[in-house]
Amino acid sequence: MHPFLQSLIGGGLIGAASAGLLLTNGRIAGVSGILSNAAAFRPGVWRWAFLGGLLAVGLAASLLGHAAPPTLSNAGPGILIAGGLLVGVGTQLGNGCTSGHGVCGLSNLSLRSLVATATFMATAGLAVFALRHGPALLGLVQS
Amino acid sequence: MRAMSAALFGAIFGVGLLLSGMLDPAKVLGFLDVAGAWNPQLAFVMGGAIAVAFPAFLIARRRERTLLGDPLTLPPRLGLDRGLVGGAALFGLGWGLVGICPGPGIVLLGFAGPPAWTFAAAMVAGVVVARGAVPVSPG
Repeated sequence: MHPFLQSLIGGGLIGAASAGLLLTNGRIAGVSGILSNAAAFRPGVWRWAFLGGLLAVGLAASLLGHAAPPTLSNAGPGILIAGGLLVGVGTQLGNGCTSGHGVCGLSNLSLRSLVATATFMATAGLAVFALRHGPALLGLVQS
Repeated sequence: MRAMSAALFGAIFGVGLLLSGMLDPAKVLGFLDVAGAWNPQLAFVMGGAIAVAFPAFLIARRRERTLLGDPLTLPPRLGLDRGLVGGAALFGLGWGLVGICPGPGIVLLGFAGPPAWTFAAAMVAGVVVARGAVPVSPG
């Protein structure tokens, strides 16, 4: 299967799950929001159930022999901790992530989510640019 | 019933993430690297997801109750504030640093070993710290 088609189908499933959770449970499939409220032990077993569904897929992938992505395995603990903290703090302050703002918010024609999505796409692009091309631009390495 | 449907949709969401390529930081960072060898693959993820979710939000806006009979309210669409923009900016920096956002961070716990546990632990710590520092948000 062409990778673009596979991503389109995967995206369609993400959209279908978001549609299902909205129309059945009346909830937004925003993973950071679900995680945040679950971590604060707000009432609602459904949050743990949703997170459990996500985790079950990871465990099933493990049983099927799915290998860890090499880029993740090769990342140092400092980068992982810094990135995780920024993702946690940022999604909590900004009230959403790629799923809540990027998929659900844009589907809801939300200005808040449009601004948030444009912002995190821009700073993510800047971070990648700085890490990948910054050293060459500063003349620290031969490009 | 609510927990069962949520678990089902969580699993469908996870399979979607797995198929889509969002669990592979190399693809995510390749998509974000517009100045380098840009890989447009992940644009199809958001395209596919919104194409399916958008009609559901149209339907939801016309309904007052969910299929299970609970009240159906949608989040506010307007009203920008510093927390929204600043928070999104910080989230983007972390996403660009590692290439993992929250959903993939949870799924990867199942098969990517200690690096995934480290990332997820830091992410939850960040959520808890920020939650303690700012007023509780709805949701």
